[in-house]
Amino acid sequence: MPDIDVERWVCPLPLRDHDRVVMGHGGGGRLSAELIEHMFLDVFGHGHATELLDAAILPPEGGRLAFSTDSYVVRPLFFPGGCIGDLAVHGTVNDLSMTGARPIALSAGFILEEGLPMQTLADVVIAMGQAAGRAGVEIVTGDTKVVDVGHADGVYINTAGIGVIADGVDIRPSRATPGDVVIVSGPIGQHGIAVLSKRSGIEFGTEVRSDSAALNGLVQEMLTVVPDLHVLRDPTRGGLGASLCEIAATAQVGIEYAESAVPVPDAVAGACSFLGLDPMHVANEGRLVAMVAATDVDALLGVMTQHEESTGACVIGFVTEDHPGLVVAKTAYGSRRVVDLPLGEQLPRIC
Amino acid sequence: MKYLDEFRDPVLAAKMFDEIHRITTRPWAIMEVCGGQTHSIIRNGIDQLLPDDIELIHGPGCPVCVTPLGMIDKALAIAARPEVIFCSFGDMLRVPGSTEDLGQVRSEGGDVRVVYSPLDALEIAETHPDRQIVFFAIGFETTAPANAMAVAQAKQRGIDNFSVLVSHVLVPPAIEAIAGSASSRVDGFLGAGHVCSIMGTWQYGPLVERFDLPIVITGFEPLDVLEGIRRLILQLEAGEAALDNAYERVVGPLGNLPAQDMLAEVFDVCDRSWRGIGDIPLSGWRLSEPYAAFDAERRFDVSNVDPSEPEACRSGEVLQGLLKPTDCEAFGTTCTPRSPLGATMVSGEGACAAYFQYRRLSPTEPPKGVVGA
Amino acid sequence: MCLAVPGRVVDTWDDRGTRMAAVDFDGIRKEVCLAYLPDLEVGAFAIVHVGFAISKVDEAYATETLRVFREIGTLEQELGAEDRSSSPGEAAP
Repeated sequence: MPDIDVERWVCPLPLRDHDRVVMGHGGGGRLSAELIEHMFLDVFGHGHATELLDAAILPPEGGRLAFSTDSYVVRPLFFPGGCIGDLAVHGTVNDLSMTGARPIALSAGFILEEGLPMQTLADVVIAMGQAAGRAGVEIVTGDTKVVDVGHADGVYINTAGIGVIADGVDIRPSRATPGDVVIVSGPIGQHGIAVLSKRSGIEFGTEVRSDSAALNGLVQEMLTVVPDLHVLRDPTRGGLGASLCEIAATAQVGIEYAESAVPVPDAVAGACSFLGLDPMHVANEGRLVAMVAATDVDALLGVMTQHEESTGACVIGFVTEDHPGLVVAKTAYGSRRVVDLPLGEQLPRIC
Repeated sequence: MKYLDEFRDPVLAAKMFDEIHRITTRPWAIMEVCGGQTHSIIRNGIDQLLPDDIELIHGPGCPVCVTPLGMIDKALAIAARPEVIFCSFGDMLRVPGSTEDLGQVRSEGGDVRVVYSPLDALEIAETHPDRQIVFFAIGFETTAPANAMAVAQAKQRGIDNFSVLVSHVLVPPAIEAIAGSASSRVDGFLGAGHVCSIMGTWQYGPLVERFDLPIVITGFEPLDVLEGIRRLILQLEAGEAALDNAYERVVGPLGNLPAQDMLAEVFDVCDRSWRGIGDIPLSGWRLSEPYAAFDAERRFDVSNVDPSEPEACRSGEVLQGLLKPTDCEAFGTTCTPRSPLGATMVSGEGACAAYFQYRRLSPTEPPKGVVGA
Repeated sequence: MCLAVPGRVVDTWDDRGTRMAAVDFDGIRKEVCLAYLPDLEVGAFAIVHVGFAISKVDEAYATETLRVFREIGTLEQELGAEDRSSSPGEAAP
């Protein structure tokens, strides 16, 4: 995480006097203004506005608008492969992308815990700025509040985003059709394991890094070769298993996949083994699952495997009219097993 | 993963299934008393691929399922106390007590924390000297040495704000109770491999003799489970009853002596009530007198818990293999994985939860192998 | 009750009189208590349950067990005695 350089700040004195967030930073007065100017605007840029308004004004775009929001409360704030900042950008960019939308602008709302070190906030904000830059999207408006010590786990972030969907693109779960092929964009379980490895009471050492990434570029390339994508979903909390279950339930189709076809990194399998977790229920933050007509598979895999975010893309299963609403795993032994939604958080077990 | 993947090989498994089909000529009912083995069987669909003549009865091998209701209620009462940080293995969080579960206590403000190891709970006690840390010490003989070490270290280092709520259970008395029951249909047992890695295999010889039933000590990976079943069927078909060890790479006849020494020091054998089954004499462990100061039952006044099991719950009969989940009136109606009445519907390897999944897949067809002839 | 997995010991040390180890599970490294396997050396494999090494994996037995598994049904096949047309246990293609 690069250091924020206090010397870069134009009017440094008032901000440098506070090495921690205090209640005043959320109060709307001078401290707030200085935090906005010297922390947020410095990193996010001034966007389209030449003056600061209560709302960001965007130029008109043709097409249907997609609008999404998500809040980020991850603990710990920093984990192998990322932090709450890039999660907050990637998460909302990806939610928009899963409708086929091209993300154009994000908002960022911060709830800061009094006493949060300014350096920590700076590290998070810089990570957000970098993530937004890589994704080609701007953070154009935001808000900051400060709450008492003991709340907000350091920082909570909400991001909302707007995107534009091109004509002819129709991507939603109920488009899953028997005969469709199910593709996953890469190995699963990395984010959940990376975060868990730093969670107190369970810590373990690992090379596993979160897969946190923006998928909008990948989705636009996929749409170029296969405009008629049926379903896209980014399997975050609850993992790939939960996403498949939700799609099967919404579309009232059956989904069957081969366990041996699902790519799981050795270290993720190792961690799941000793904790008693199922990789299918572990969170991802940079993967997508796609369902397309069988005739489109070759073209789609062709472009996905060439993209840096999906070099490991592969077919894992198919959509069927059997067992509508249920997801079935075919084991390596030939038996079949219903896969259910995990009922709550994934907890290490002894049985 | 080394020593794991090789024992999951589908090609070898196919040969094993073929062999079991070849040697099985009559109906046999086999019971495993180990949650880990139950999990492996269900997850890999092993019972679907065995001959119809083999009925697998899932015994009371999951400590989560058999922890007495009164003990869960005591845990809930302790966890709700403001000064307590209640630490537990993840498995216990959704097990229903008389009115709620640990997960709900946490949502009501109780400080309930999941840990991987009892030593993690001890560390929390060291870093939070102003709080009372209570660890829910459940498990069979496999887990008891770890729990014993946490208590021993607490005493040695004077970590007085640490205590344990003990509810250990032992496998041999459970086998004895089931095999000795007049209504038992079990022809042979798969022995719990990791329990035996601690305790050795010698405790099972007398059970084989007394009940004239074969017992094969078995591992957990699919090939290990299949090998245990294969050896058991070979004995049954030949009319033999002997103790056999199919998990020799991990289990020896004497077990782990340093662990047994620690167990003897920290725990005393006691009678234990098994949820759904009832009292089984000398089937549990409690803290010995030298460690009584670390007993959460004594430290916190929880004598006023009044456990009441939902009347409709028949987990106990299911655990003993006397009732199929589908024959229970509450099954699938008032009792589902989302709103379980008893532990066999909560636990990932509970028979009721397993039947629920299979039934949803083939509503008109009973689960193959599990129901039997 | 028996969720315990094999891992390889990569380092050992003493912590306040208790022998501890770093155990590797295919790239995951976890701190494990060796109090119950005091003679376990770096390079050995052990079964680990809730943070404790409870048993050494005997590599000779492991190899032998796999060899036996490979033999199962082989003699059978060589003799060509059985009709194996009903083999629901075969792994699906």
